[in-house]
Amino acid sequence: MINIIWLFMILSGVFMAAWQGKPQVVTDAAFQAAQVAVRYALELIGIMSFWLGVMKVAQEAGLITTLAKLIKPLTGKLFPSIPSDHPALGAILLNISANILGLGNAATPFGLKAMQELQTLNGQSDKASDAMCTFLALNTSCITLLPTTIIGIRLTAGSQNPTEIVGTTVFATTLGMTVAVIADKILRRFSR
Amino acid sequence: MEHIINTISLWAIPFLLFFILSYGALRGVKVYESFVKGAEEGFNIAIKIIPYLVAMLVAVSIFRHSGVMDSMVKILSPLFSVLNIPPEVLPLAIMRPFSGGGSLGIAAELIKTHGADSFIGRLASTMQGSTDTTFFVLAVYFGSVGIKKYRHSVAVGLMADLTTFLASVYIVNKVFLH
Repeated sequence: MINIIWLFMILSGVFMAAWQGKPQVVTDAAFQAAQVAVRYALELIGIMSFWLGVMKVAQEAGLITTLAKLIKPLTGKLFPSIPSDHPALGAILLNISANILGLGNAATPFGLKAMQELQTLNGQSDKASDAMCTFLALNTSCITLLPTTIIGIRLTAGSQNPTEIVGTTVFATTLGMTVAVIADKILRRFSR
Repeated sequence: MEHIINTISLWAIPFLLFFILSYGALRGVKVYESFVKGAEEGFNIAIKIIPYLVAMLVAVSIFRHSGVMDSMVKILSPLFSVLNIPPEVLPLAIMRPFSGGGSLGIAAELIKTHGADSFIGRLASTMQGSTDTTFFVLAVYFGSVGIKKYRHSVAVGLMADLTTFLASVYIVNKVFLH
């Protein structure tokens, strides 16, 4: 699926640009995006290092395992393939918590740590495991309690009530997350 | 409400930092050494995601700037009229799974043009705040551990995006009355 989508994005773009007689658009878009990708990765190094450092302290203090045990009733159902005291579960919980609170720059390092832990259970294959797919389903559709960025934009735009969209956001994300979890459970069987 | 949100945003990270480090110290962890050991991994992970990110962002960028996305908006427009959804939010709905920065720009533009407290402004706010950039998240997360076969993750992410979008339209209509 990702192969088809990726190919479609590029080929349809080239086709469209050619049809409009503007081939330069494709070249510029490609080069600029490649630069942006590297810049993003480089800027991530600092914040990544910081949170991974904090995570390491939490892990050595036994905090991550404690967290994992705390949410066992929930994760047992969602992630049956992960052992109940595995650090992956602690990292997943931290990632989801950061997402819910709208702490974007902390969510990514926690999430990547969780992926690393999940990969140790995946036998270093290049194919996503069930647990990874479930985690990403949760992650991309995560319930958002505090959409901090958009509240900031509303505030700047002179909204009378910048936070009035919190309720609607919680509703929409709850539905989205529910569908994601169910879809993941069903589609899992067809993509072995 | 606003006050609570601001307080949480301001205090969450300092509190977390204080709690984890003091807890670690009390448990006898050599906090400085442990922190540095963990932080060492940051560089490797960030470098590892570069190829995946380049692949994804280049495709999305070509797709966007060549005008294919705009054509998609045009094609889908009549469908929106039928569903009673304001066509102004269509570009945002299409852009949302592909580009975080791009969709944030569109959302900010809609809020500025129509007003934050207009129906479209509220709908755009809800849509933007409600979901993550599916393709970007997949590229970064899977890329960090060298996963190339995404299985059903793409389909699940897009289904969630569609659900969140339709739920946003429904609830904003219901709460704020069109």
